[in-house]
Amino acid sequence: MKSVRPLRSLDELDRRLLNDFQCEFPLVPRPFAAVAEQLGVDEAEVIARLERLHQAGAVSRVGPVVRPRQVGASTLAAMAVPPERLEQVADLVNDFEEVNHNYSREHRFNLWFVLTAADETRLAEIMDEIEVRTGLEVLDLPMLEEYHIDLGFPLQWT
Amino acid sequence: MTFDRQSPGLDALDGALIRAVQQGLPLVARPYAAIAEELALTEAEVIARLSRLIEAGTIKRLGVVVRHQELGYRANAMVVWALPEERVDELGRCIGRFPYVTLSYRRPPRLPDWPYNLFTMIHGRDREAVLTQIEHIRYSCDLVGCDFDVLFSGRRFKQRGAFYGTPIGDLSKLPRGGPAPLGRLSLGGGIA
Repeated sequence: MKSVRPLRSLDELDRRLLNDFQCEFPLVPRPFAAVAEQLGVDEAEVIARLERLHQAGAVSRVGPVVRPRQVGASTLAAMAVPPERLEQVADLVNDFEEVNHNYSREHRFNLWFVLTAADETRLAEIMDEIEVRTGLEVLDLPMLEEYHIDLGFPLQWT
Repeated sequence: MTFDRQSPGLDALDGALIRAVQQGLPLVARPYAAIAEELALTEAEVIARLSRLIEAGTIKRLGVVVRHQELGYRANAMVVWALPEERVDELGRCIGRFPYVTLSYRRPPRLPDWPYNLFTMIHGRDREAVLTQIEHIRYSCDLVGCDFDVLFSGRRFKQRGAFYGTPIGDLSKLPRGGPAPLGRLSLGGGIA
């Protein structure tokens, strides 16, 4: 388990950047300038802060959350990997550029990854290839219905 | 199993645009102009198309995507529920209303190994908080008696925005989504 420490040096500006701009990012030619104006700082400062928060890992991106199944095909896949092979199988899975999330979870099904590709055929090819190369079964768990999706996450600072 | 490959309202340029922004906007003063240049569009066209994609719900939100773990939300659990088929819709919506739940999806069970048909993602500062939240959900949504399992996350081997592969047809010369160039936000929370 990777040990992750919360960022220690977040100031008020960082917090507002993290919390207040998860939705409705300005669709104007100079969006960072618009954000800066709301925060009472200048555009370069906003860009520099976001760079820093990105480098530190607090921000994964400034970008869209795309509704699944609108573009391409995707699925969630799960594997029950013998613990001593977990690292090796995770590496093998990561080598596919169609894999965008890959986590271990505490369960008999201990490796979980999201596959996104141009179409379903490619998804099936990848899962077949992983099964052949590992000798392990891949559970294919495509989304059938979406009831709720991350619309931004209210951060509570302690 | 069939998937909606491309929504009826989306044209090929919309697809290319989504591929171009999915890993994050470049952190430059005029990010939409930079994207426009990649796609041989104008800045105004990029902005107009993004607005339309947001309005249509294809893009659920545009903004800062944070990584919860790094911000002190150390525990996140995938909580899976084995529900009677006729109750999945109702319960999926009920669970999705809690603020600490970021996803609630129906997926097919895979018997005999995997009986669960509702997947939810629950975040908290620590495991105890997550377990307390689950108990709250079980009572609030009348789930007591339904089989469920809690899968806490362990190591993260990879996390970034979705990659939809190379553009198709006459868009084949457009830049592809893949690992992003330096200076662009390239790691992100995907969903499937």
